[in-house]
Amino acid sequence: MTRRRIEPLVWLTFSGGGVTAAMFLPVLAFLFALAFPLGLVTPPSRAHLFDILHNPLTFLVLLGMFTVMLVHAAHRFRYTLYDGLQLKWTWQIAVICYGGALFGAASAFVILGGVF
Amino acid sequence: MSGNLTLRQPMSTWWWLRKRTYFVFVMRELSSLFVAWYVLFLLLLVRAVDRGDAAYADFVDWAGSPVIVAINVVAFAFIVLHTVTWFSLTPQAMDLRVGGRPVPGWQIIAGQYAGLALVSGFVWWLVTR
Amino acid sequence: MASTITLSVTRWRPDRSMPPGPQEYEVPLRKEWTVLDGLNHIKNEIDQTLAFRWSCRMGICGSCGMNVNGEPRLTCGAFLSDYAPGPIRVEPLANFPIARDLIVDMSDFMEKLPRVKPWVIRDDDVTEIDGEYLQTPEELDAYKQFSMCINCMLCYAACPVYGLDPDFVGPAAIALAERYDLDSRDHGARERLDVLIEHEGVWGCTFVGECTRVCPKHVDPAGAIQRYKLKAAQQTVKAFLLPRAMR
Repeated sequence: MTRRRIEPLVWLTFSGGGVTAAMFLPVLAFLFALAFPLGLVTPPSRAHLFDILHNPLTFLVLLGMFTVMLVHAAHRFRYTLYDGLQLKWTWQIAVICYGGALFGAASAFVILGGVF
Repeated sequence: MSGNLTLRQPMSTWWWLRKRTYFVFVMRELSSLFVAWYVLFLLLLVRAVDRGDAAYADFVDWAGSPVIVAINVVAFAFIVLHTVTWFSLTPQAMDLRVGGRPVPGWQIIAGQYAGLALVSGFVWWLVTR
Repeated sequence: MASTITLSVTRWRPDRSMPPGPQEYEVPLRKEWTVLDGLNHIKNEIDQTLAFRWSCRMGICGSCGMNVNGEPRLTCGAFLSDYAPGPIRVEPLANFPIARDLIVDMSDFMEKLPRVKPWVIRDDDVTEIDGEYLQTPEELDAYKQFSMCINCMLCYAACPVYGLDPDFVGPAAIALAERYDLDSRDHGARERLDVLIEHEGVWGCTFVGECTRVCPKHVDPAGAIQRYKLKAAQQTVKAFLLPRAMR
Protein backbone atom coordinates (compact mmCIF):
# COMPACT_ATOMS: atom_id res chain seq x y z
CA MET A 1 0.00 0.00 0.00
CA THR A 2 1.30 3.44 -0.81
CA ARG A 3 2.11 5.22 2.41
CA ARG A 4 0.30 8.47 3.00
CA ARG A 5 2.32 11.46 1.93
CA ILE A 6 1.74 15.14 2.41
CA GLU A 7 3.96 16.25 -0.49
CA PRO A 8 1.50 15.26 -3.27
CA LEU A 9 -1.30 17.20 -1.57
CA VAL A 10 0.92 20.27 -1.16
CA TRP A 11 1.76 19.97 -4.83
CA LEU A 12 -1.95 19.78 -5.74
CA THR A 13 -2.60 22.92 -3.69
CA PHE A 14 0.40 24.57 -5.33
CA SER A 15 -1.06 23.73 -8.73
CA GLY A 16 -4.48 25.04 -7.77
CA GLY A 17 -2.88 28.23 -6.55
CA GLY A 18 -0.98 28.55 -9.78
CA VAL A 19 -4.12 28.26 -11.88
CA THR A 20 -5.94 30.71 -9.61
CA ALA A 21 -3.11 33.23 -9.77
CA ALA A 22 -2.82 32.85 -13.53
CA MET A 23 -6.54 33.40 -14.08
CA PHE A 24 -7.47 36.02 -11.48
CA LEU A 25 -4.39 38.07 -10.67
CA PRO A 26 -3.93 39.76 -14.06
CA VAL A 27 -7.31 41.51 -13.94
CA LEU A 28 -7.23 42.13 -10.17
CA ALA A 29 -3.71 43.53 -10.34
CA PHE A 30 -4.44 45.63 -13.40
CA LEU A 31 -7.56 47.16 -11.91
CA PHE A 32 -6.63 47.69 -8.26
CA ALA A 33 -2.89 48.22 -8.56
CA LEU A 34 -2.67 50.19 -11.78
CA ALA A 35 -5.92 51.35 -13.40
CA PHE A 36 -7.76 52.71 -10.35
CA PRO A 37 -4.84 54.36 -8.48
CA LEU A 38 -3.57 55.96 -11.69
CA GLY A 39 -7.06 57.06 -12.73
CA LEU A 40 -7.03 55.12 -16.01
CA VAL A 41 -10.41 53.73 -15.02
CA THR A 42 -12.77 55.40 -12.57
CA PRO A 43 -12.35 53.65 -9.22
CA PRO A 44 -15.47 52.03 -7.79
CA SER A 45 -17.09 53.63 -4.76
CA ARG A 46 -16.26 52.25 -1.35
CA ALA A 47 -19.92 51.39 -0.88
CA HIS A 48 -19.94 49.23 -4.00
CA LEU A 49 -16.83 47.31 -2.94
CA PHE A 50 -18.25 46.93 0.55
CA ASP A 51 -21.41 45.42 -0.95
CA ILE A 52 -19.37 42.86 -2.90
CA LEU A 53 -17.24 41.96 0.12
CA HIS A 54 -20.26 41.77 2.39
CA ASN A 55 -21.50 38.73 0.47
CA PRO A 56 -20.70 35.40 2.21
CA LEU A 57 -20.00 33.84 -1.16
CA THR A 58 -17.34 36.47 -1.82
CA PHE A 59 -15.82 35.71 1.57
CA LEU A 60 -15.55 32.01 0.79
CA VAL A 61 -14.26 32.48 -2.74
CA LEU A 62 -11.67 35.09 -1.78
CA LEU A 63 -10.51 33.16 1.29
CA GLY A 64 -10.07 30.04 -0.84
CA MET A 65 -8.25 31.95 -3.57
CA PHE A 66 -5.91 33.80 -1.22
CA THR A 67 -5.08 30.60 0.66
CA VAL A 68 -4.17 28.54 -2.40
CA MET A 69 -2.20 31.42 -3.91
CA LEU A 70 -0.22 31.81 -0.69
CA VAL A 71 0.54 28.08 -0.62
CA HIS A 72 1.55 28.31 -4.28
CA ALA A 73 3.95 31.15 -3.51
CA ALA A 74 5.36 29.45 -0.42
CA HIS A 75 5.94 26.16 -2.24
CA ARG A 76 7.60 27.74 -5.24
CA PHE A 77 9.74 30.11 -3.20
CA ARG A 78 10.87 27.28 -0.97
CA TYR A 79 12.27 25.42 -3.97
CA THR A 80 13.75 28.61 -5.39
CA LEU A 81 15.73 29.00 -2.17
CA TYR A 82 16.96 25.41 -2.39
CA ASP A 83 17.95 25.58 -6.05
CA GLY A 84 18.77 29.23 -6.51
CA LEU A 85 20.73 29.95 -3.36
CA GLN A 86 21.59 26.30 -2.66
CA LEU A 87 20.64 26.74 0.98
CA LYS A 88 20.97 23.57 2.94
CA TRP A 89 18.69 24.24 5.92
CA THR A 90 15.82 22.35 4.32
CA TRP A 91 13.33 21.98 7.14
CA GLN A 92 13.86 25.50 8.45
CA ILE A 93 13.10 26.95 5.02
CA ALA A 94 10.01 24.76 4.72
CA VAL A 95 8.73 25.93 8.10
CA ILE A 96 9.29 29.60 7.27
CA CYS A 97 7.66 29.34 3.84
CA TYR A 98 4.61 27.29 4.72
CA GLY A 99 4.33 28.95 8.09
CA GLY A 100 4.25 32.28 6.32
CA ALA A 101 1.50 31.00 4.03
CA LEU A 102 -0.53 29.79 7.02
CA PHE A 103 -0.08 33.14 8.76
CA GLY A 104 -1.20 34.89 5.60
CA ALA A 105 -4.25 32.63 5.30
CA ALA A 106 -5.18 33.32 8.90
CA SER A 107 -4.81 37.06 8.29
CA ALA A 108 -7.01 36.72 5.22
CA PHE A 109 -9.66 35.00 7.31
CA VAL A 110 -9.62 37.82 9.86
CA ILE A 111 -9.52 40.66 7.34
CA LEU A 112 -12.15 39.22 5.01
CA GLY A 113 -14.29 38.36 8.02
CA GLY A 114 -13.94 41.87 9.41
CA VAL A 115 -16.35 43.11 6.78
CA PHE A 116 -19.22 41.26 8.45
CA MET B 1 35.23 2.30 -12.31
CA SER B 2 38.39 0.98 -10.66
CA GLY B 3 40.37 3.28 -8.41
CA ASN B 4 37.44 5.73 -8.18
CA LEU B 5 39.69 8.71 -8.94
CA THR B 6 36.96 10.98 -10.23
CA LEU B 7 36.55 14.72 -9.96
CA ARG B 8 33.24 16.32 -9.09
CA GLN B 9 32.89 19.94 -10.14
CA PRO B 10 30.38 21.76 -7.93
CA MET B 11 27.69 23.91 -9.53
CA SER B 12 28.23 27.64 -9.36
CA THR B 13 25.74 29.71 -7.36
CA TRP B 14 25.27 31.69 -10.58
CA TRP B 15 24.37 28.67 -12.66
CA TRP B 16 21.09 30.34 -13.60
CA LEU B 17 22.81 33.27 -15.25
CA ARG B 18 24.73 31.09 -17.68
CA LYS B 19 21.86 30.16 -19.99
CA ARG B 20 18.82 32.16 -21.10
CA THR B 21 16.42 29.27 -20.42
CA TYR B 22 17.72 28.92 -16.86
CA PHE B 23 17.35 32.67 -16.31
CA VAL B 24 13.74 32.70 -17.52
CA PHE B 25 13.07 29.70 -15.27
CA VAL B 26 14.36 31.51 -12.17
CA MET B 27 12.38 34.64 -13.09
CA ARG B 28 9.30 32.46 -13.46
CA GLU B 29 9.91 30.99 -10.01
CA LEU B 30 10.47 34.43 -8.49
CA SER B 31 7.05 35.49 -9.77
CA SER B 32 5.79 33.57 -6.73
CA LEU B 33 7.03 36.44 -4.55
CA PHE B 34 4.84 38.87 -6.46
CA VAL B 35 1.85 36.55 -6.21
CA ALA B 36 2.29 36.78 -2.45
CA TRP B 37 2.71 40.57 -2.73
CA TYR B 38 -0.62 40.91 -4.52
CA VAL B 39 -2.39 38.78 -1.92
CA LEU B 40 -1.02 41.18 0.71
CA PHE B 41 -1.95 44.22 -1.40
CA LEU B 42 -5.50 42.98 -1.95
CA LEU B 43 -5.91 42.17 1.74
CA LEU B 44 -4.83 45.73 2.58
CA LEU B 45 -7.48 46.94 0.14
CA VAL B 46 -10.14 44.79 1.80
CA ARG B 47 -9.12 46.12 5.20
CA ALA B 48 -9.34 49.70 3.93
CA VAL B 49 -12.82 49.11 2.49
CA ASP B 50 -13.88 47.65 5.82
CA ARG B 51 -12.66 50.66 7.76
CA GLY B 52 -14.66 53.25 5.87
CA ASP B 53 -14.61 55.90 3.16
CA ALA B 54 -11.60 57.76 4.51
CA ALA B 55 -9.50 54.62 4.80
CA TYR B 56 -10.47 53.59 1.29
CA ALA B 57 -9.56 56.98 -0.13
CA ASP B 58 -6.24 56.82 1.72
CA PHE B 59 -5.58 53.41 0.25
CA VAL B 60 -6.20 54.57 -3.31
CA ASP B 61 -3.85 57.50 -2.68
CA TRP B 62 -1.19 55.23 -1.22
CA ALA B 63 -1.58 52.83 -4.13
CA GLY B 64 -1.04 55.78 -6.48
CA SER B 65 2.18 56.91 -4.85
CA PRO B 66 5.27 56.60 -7.09
CA VAL B 67 7.03 53.90 -5.07
CA ILE B 68 3.97 51.67 -4.87
CA VAL B 69 3.17 52.18 -8.53
CA ALA B 70 6.75 51.25 -9.42
CA ILE B 71 6.53 48.08 -7.32
CA ASN B 72 3.18 47.22 -8.84
CA VAL B 73 4.38 47.74 -12.42
CA VAL B 74 7.23 45.30 -11.79
CA ALA B 75 4.88 42.95 -9.94
CA PHE B 76 2.37 43.10 -12.78
CA ALA B 77 5.09 42.15 -15.27
CA PHE B 78 5.96 39.12 -13.14
CA ILE B 79 2.27 38.16 -12.86
CA VAL B 80 1.98 38.27 -16.63
CA LEU B 81 5.11 36.11 -16.85
CA HIS B 82 3.50 33.65 -14.45
CA THR B 83 0.28 33.48 -16.47
CA VAL B 84 2.01 33.10 -19.83
CA THR B 85 4.45 30.43 -18.64
CA TRP B 86 1.80 28.58 -16.64
CA PHE B 87 -0.53 28.38 -19.63
CA SER B 88 2.23 27.25 -21.99
CA LEU B 89 3.41 24.49 -19.63
CA THR B 90 -0.03 23.00 -18.96
CA PRO B 91 -0.26 20.90 -22.18
CA GLN B 92 3.06 19.27 -21.33
CA ALA B 93 1.85 18.35 -17.88
CA MET B 94 -1.34 16.66 -18.89
CA ASP B 95 -2.38 13.89 -21.23
CA LEU B 96 -5.76 15.13 -22.38
CA ARG B 97 -7.64 12.91 -24.75
CA VAL B 98 -11.02 13.35 -26.37
CA GLY B 99 -12.45 10.22 -27.94
CA GLY B 100 -9.08 8.48 -27.73
CA ARG B 101 -7.24 11.21 -29.61
CA PRO B 102 -4.80 13.52 -27.85
CA VAL B 103 -5.90 17.15 -27.70
CA PRO B 104 -3.31 19.36 -29.48
CA GLY B 105 -1.29 21.60 -27.16
CA TRP B 106 -2.37 24.81 -28.86
CA GLN B 107 -6.02 24.05 -28.11
CA ILE B 108 -5.29 23.58 -24.42
CA ILE B 109 -3.41 26.87 -24.37
CA ALA B 110 -6.15 28.67 -26.32
CA GLY B 111 -8.74 27.27 -23.92
CA GLN B 112 -6.87 28.73 -20.97
CA TYR B 113 -6.66 32.16 -22.56
CA ALA B 114 -10.39 31.96 -23.27
CA GLY B 115 -10.89 31.20 -19.60
CA LEU B 116 -8.67 34.14 -18.70
CA ALA B 117 -10.77 36.43 -20.90
CA LEU B 118 -13.98 35.19 -19.30
CA VAL B 119 -12.69 35.56 -15.75
CA SER B 120 -11.22 38.99 -16.46
CA GLY B 121 -14.41 40.17 -18.09
CA PHE B 122 -16.51 38.94 -15.18
CA VAL B 123 -14.33 40.51 -12.50
CA TRP B 124 -14.12 43.80 -14.45
CA TRP B 125 -17.89 43.92 -14.77
CA LEU B 126 -18.45 42.96 -11.13
CA VAL B 127 -16.13 45.64 -9.82
CA THR B 128 -16.98 48.54 -12.11
CA ARG B 129 -20.75 48.20 -12.57
CA MET C 1 34.29 28.69 -45.44
CA ALA C 2 37.61 28.60 -43.57
CA SER C 3 39.57 25.38 -43.86
CA THR C 4 40.01 24.70 -40.12
CA ILE C 5 38.22 25.27 -36.84
CA THR C 6 39.51 25.25 -33.28
CA LEU C 7 38.22 22.75 -30.73
CA SER C 8 38.93 23.75 -27.15
CA VAL C 9 38.82 20.38 -25.40
CA THR C 10 38.88 19.68 -21.65
CA ARG C 11 41.80 17.55 -20.57
CA TRP C 12 42.21 15.98 -17.16
CA ARG C 13 44.08 13.03 -15.76
CA PRO C 14 43.31 11.73 -12.28
CA ASP C 15 46.95 10.94 -11.57
CA ARG C 16 48.12 14.49 -12.23
CA SER C 17 47.53 17.26 -9.72
CA MET C 18 46.37 19.87 -12.24
CA PRO C 19 42.70 20.85 -12.45
CA PRO C 20 40.75 20.19 -15.66
CA GLY C 21 41.64 22.69 -18.34
CA PRO C 22 41.15 23.27 -22.06
CA GLN C 23 43.61 22.28 -24.74
CA GLU C 24 43.18 23.72 -28.22
CA TYR C 25 43.35 21.72 -31.43
CA GLU C 26 42.87 22.75 -35.08
CA VAL C 27 40.72 20.31 -37.03
CA PRO C 28 39.65 20.45 -40.68
CA LEU C 29 36.34 22.23 -41.15
CA ARG C 30 34.59 19.80 -43.49
CA LYS C 31 30.93 20.53 -44.11
CA GLU C 32 29.76 17.01 -43.26
CA TRP C 33 31.96 16.64 -40.16
CA THR C 34 30.57 16.57 -36.64
CA VAL C 35 32.29 17.42 -33.37
CA LEU C 36 32.81 13.66 -32.95
CA ASP C 37 34.62 13.53 -36.29
CA GLY C 38 36.77 16.38 -35.03
CA LEU C 39 37.60 14.49 -31.83
CA ASN C 40 38.47 11.36 -33.79
CA HIS C 41 40.68 13.44 -36.06
CA ILE C 42 42.48 14.77 -32.98
CA LYS C 43 42.97 11.28 -31.58
CA ASN C 44 44.08 9.77 -34.88
CA GLU C 45 46.27 12.56 -36.21
CA ILE C 46 47.26 14.94 -33.43
CA ASP C 47 47.03 13.64 -29.88
CA GLN C 48 46.32 9.96 -29.26
CA THR C 49 46.10 10.50 -25.48
CA LEU C 50 42.67 12.17 -25.75
CA ALA C 51 40.00 9.95 -24.15
CA PHE C 52 36.31 10.06 -25.05
CA ARG C 53 33.35 7.72 -25.52
CA TRP C 54 31.59 7.09 -28.81
CA SER C 55 30.11 4.21 -30.76
CA CYS C 56 27.42 4.29 -33.43
CA ARG C 57 28.14 7.87 -34.62
CA MET C 58 24.52 8.12 -35.78
CA GLY C 59 22.57 9.24 -32.71
CA ILE C 60 21.14 5.95 -31.47
CA CYS C 61 23.62 4.48 -28.97
CA GLY C 62 23.77 7.45 -26.62
CA SER C 63 27.52 7.10 -25.90
CA CYS C 64 28.95 10.38 -27.20
CA GLY C 65 27.13 12.91 -24.99
CA MET C 66 29.28 15.92 -24.05
CA ASN C 67 28.82 19.62 -23.32
CA VAL C 68 29.41 21.54 -26.55
CA ASN C 69 29.61 25.31 -25.95
CA GLY C 70 27.87 24.69 -22.64
CA GLU C 71 24.99 22.75 -24.14
CA PRO C 72 24.58 18.96 -23.65
CA ARG C 73 24.78 17.46 -27.13
CA LEU C 74 25.40 14.15 -28.85
CA THR C 75 28.67 15.05 -30.51
CA CYS C 76 27.84 12.80 -33.47
CA GLY C 77 24.92 15.12 -34.24
CA ALA C 78 26.66 18.46 -33.68
CA PHE C 79 28.02 19.69 -37.01
CA LEU C 80 31.24 21.71 -37.01
CA SER C 81 29.86 24.06 -39.64
CA ASP C 82 27.01 25.05 -37.29
CA TYR C 83 29.61 26.42 -34.87
CA ALA C 84 31.85 28.11 -37.43
CA PRO C 85 34.02 30.15 -37.13
CA GLY C 86 34.44 28.70 -33.63
CA PRO C 87 36.29 28.02 -31.38
CA ILE C 88 34.11 25.20 -30.07
CA ARG C 89 34.29 24.39 -26.37
CA VAL C 90 34.05 20.63 -25.80
CA GLU C 91 33.66 19.64 -22.15
CA PRO C 92 32.65 16.45 -20.38
CA LEU C 93 28.93 15.98 -19.75
CA ALA C 94 27.88 18.32 -16.94
CA ASN C 95 26.71 17.19 -13.49
CA PHE C 96 28.71 13.96 -13.55
CA PRO C 97 32.12 13.34 -11.96
CA ILE C 98 34.92 13.41 -14.51
CA ALA C 99 36.89 10.18 -14.85
CA ARG C 100 39.33 11.35 -17.50
CA ASP C 101 39.29 14.03 -20.22
CA LEU C 102 35.79 13.86 -21.72
CA ILE C 103 34.75 10.67 -19.97
CA VAL C 104 32.34 10.88 -17.03
CA ASP C 105 31.53 8.45 -14.28
CA MET C 106 28.00 7.24 -15.06
CA SER C 107 27.66 4.79 -12.18
CA ASP C 108 25.05 6.98 -10.44
CA PHE C 109 22.86 6.87 -13.54
CA MET C 110 23.33 3.11 -13.85
CA GLU C 111 22.25 2.70 -10.23
CA LYS C 112 19.11 4.77 -10.69
CA LEU C 113 17.68 3.01 -13.73
CA PRO C 114 16.92 -0.36 -12.13
CA ARG C 115 15.45 1.41 -9.09
CA VAL C 116 12.30 2.24 -11.03
CA LYS C 117 11.86 -1.43 -11.97
CA PRO C 118 12.01 -0.95 -15.74
CA TRP C 119 10.51 -4.27 -16.74
CA VAL C 120 7.01 -5.59 -17.27
CA ILE C 121 5.59 -6.49 -13.86
CA ARG C 122 2.62 -8.81 -13.81
CA ASP C 123 0.25 -9.45 -10.95
CA ASP C 124 -0.74 -12.90 -12.17
CA ASP C 125 1.30 -15.99 -11.38
CA VAL C 126 1.71 -16.97 -15.00
CA THR C 127 5.26 -18.08 -15.74
CA GLU C 128 4.68 -19.24 -19.29
CA ILE C 129 2.26 -17.78 -21.76
CA ASP C 130 0.76 -19.47 -24.75
CA GLY C 131 1.98 -17.20 -27.53
CA GLU C 132 2.56 -13.44 -27.17
CA TYR C 133 1.01 -10.62 -25.17
CA LEU C 134 -1.37 -8.86 -27.54
CA GLN C 135 -1.17 -5.08 -27.82
CA THR C 136 -3.12 -2.81 -30.16
CA PRO C 137 -1.46 0.11 -31.99
CA GLU C 138 -3.36 2.51 -29.70
CA GLU C 139 -1.96 0.76 -26.62
CA LEU C 140 1.52 1.03 -28.10
CA ASP C 141 1.05 4.73 -28.82
CA ALA C 142 0.24 5.33 -25.18
CA TYR C 143 3.84 4.71 -24.09
CA LYS C 144 5.87 4.67 -27.30
CA GLN C 145 7.28 8.17 -26.94
CA PHE C 146 8.76 7.33 -23.52
CA SER C 147 10.32 4.13 -24.85
CA MET C 148 12.55 6.04 -27.25
CA CYS C 149 15.12 6.95 -24.58
CA ILE C 150 18.67 5.96 -25.55
CA ASN C 151 20.12 6.56 -22.06
CA CYS C 152 22.44 9.27 -23.33
CA MET C 153 22.21 11.23 -20.04
CA LEU C 154 21.93 14.62 -21.77
CA CYS C 155 18.82 15.27 -19.66
CA TYR C 156 20.82 14.77 -16.45
CA ALA C 157 23.47 17.16 -17.73
CA ALA C 158 20.77 19.74 -18.44
CA CYS C 159 18.87 19.37 -15.18
CA PRO C 160 19.92 21.96 -12.58
CA VAL C 161 18.10 20.04 -9.85
CA TYR C 162 20.27 16.97 -10.50
CA GLY C 163 23.33 19.19 -10.67
CA LEU C 164 22.52 20.63 -7.25
CA ASP C 165 21.33 17.37 -5.66
CA PRO C 166 22.62 14.10 -7.15
CA ASP C 167 20.12 12.19 -5.01
CA PHE C 168 17.39 13.29 -7.42
CA VAL C 169 16.24 10.26 -9.40
CA GLY C 170 16.29 12.31 -12.58
CA PRO C 171 14.45 12.72 -15.88
CA ALA C 172 15.38 9.55 -17.78
CA ALA C 173 14.61 7.25 -14.86
CA ILE C 174 11.17 8.79 -14.28
CA ALA C 175 10.36 8.77 -18.01
CA LEU C 176 11.33 5.12 -18.03
CA ALA C 177 8.99 4.41 -15.11
CA GLU C 178 6.19 6.18 -16.99
CA ARG C 179 6.98 4.06 -20.08
CA TYR C 180 6.23 0.92 -18.12
CA ASP C 181 3.30 2.34 -16.17
CA LEU C 182 1.59 3.18 -19.46
CA ASP C 183 2.36 -0.20 -21.04
CA SER C 184 -0.85 -2.22 -21.23
CA ARG C 185 1.03 -5.41 -20.38
CA ASP C 186 2.27 -4.01 -17.07
CA HIS C 187 0.68 -4.11 -13.62
CA GLY C 188 3.55 -2.59 -11.65
CA ALA C 189 2.47 1.05 -11.34
CA ARG C 190 2.01 0.80 -7.56
CA GLU C 191 5.51 -0.58 -7.02
CA ARG C 192 7.11 2.17 -9.08
CA LEU C 193 5.00 4.81 -7.35
CA ASP C 194 6.38 3.63 -3.99
CA VAL C 195 9.87 4.39 -5.29
CA LEU C 196 9.08 7.71 -6.97
CA ILE C 197 6.79 9.19 -4.33
CA GLU C 198 9.86 9.67 -2.15
CA HIS C 199 11.28 13.15 -1.86
CA GLU C 200 14.16 12.43 -4.21
CA GLY C 201 11.66 10.95 -6.65
CA VAL C 202 9.37 13.17 -8.66
CA TRP C 203 8.99 15.90 -6.03
CA GLY C 204 12.49 17.27 -6.47
CA CYS C 205 11.56 18.32 -10.00
CA THR C 206 10.65 21.99 -10.41
CA PHE C 207 9.69 21.67 -14.08
CA VAL C 208 12.62 23.62 -15.44
CA GLY C 209 11.95 21.76 -18.69
CA GLU C 210 15.56 21.82 -19.87
CA CYS C 211 15.66 18.02 -20.00
CA THR C 212 12.97 17.96 -22.67
CA ARG C 213 14.71 20.70 -24.61
CA VAL C 214 18.01 18.81 -24.91
CA CYS C 215 16.60 15.31 -25.47
CA PRO C 216 17.75 14.09 -28.90
CA LYS C 217 14.90 11.57 -29.10
CA HIS C 218 11.99 13.85 -28.16
CA VAL C 219 11.06 11.72 -25.19
CA ASP C 220 9.78 14.73 -23.19
CA PRO C 221 10.88 13.57 -19.73
CA ALA C 222 9.59 16.82 -18.19
CA GLY C 223 6.09 15.96 -19.38
CA ALA C 224 6.45 12.43 -18.03
CA ILE C 225 7.46 13.78 -14.62
CA GLN C 226 4.58 16.24 -14.37
CA ARG C 227 2.10 13.55 -15.37
CA TYR C 228 3.67 11.31 -12.77
CA LYS C 229 3.19 13.99 -10.10
CA LEU C 230 -0.48 14.23 -11.04
CA LYS C 231 -0.79 10.45 -10.84
CA ALA C 232 0.89 10.39 -7.43
CA ALA C 233 -1.39 13.17 -6.20
CA GLN C 234 -4.49 11.33 -7.41
CA GLN C 235 -3.33 8.16 -5.65
CA THR C 236 -2.70 10.08 -2.43
CA VAL C 237 -6.14 11.69 -2.53
CA LYS C 238 -7.69 8.26 -3.02
CA ALA C 239 -5.63 6.88 -0.14
CA PHE C 240 -6.95 9.63 2.13
CA LEU C 241 -10.55 9.23 1.03
CA LEU C 242 -10.77 5.48 0.65
CA PRO C 243 -8.05 3.97 2.85
CA ARG C 244 -9.46 0.49 2.75
CA ALA C 245 -9.74 0.40 -1.01
CA MET C 246 -6.00 0.92 -1.31
CA ARG C 247 -5.02 -2.18 0.64
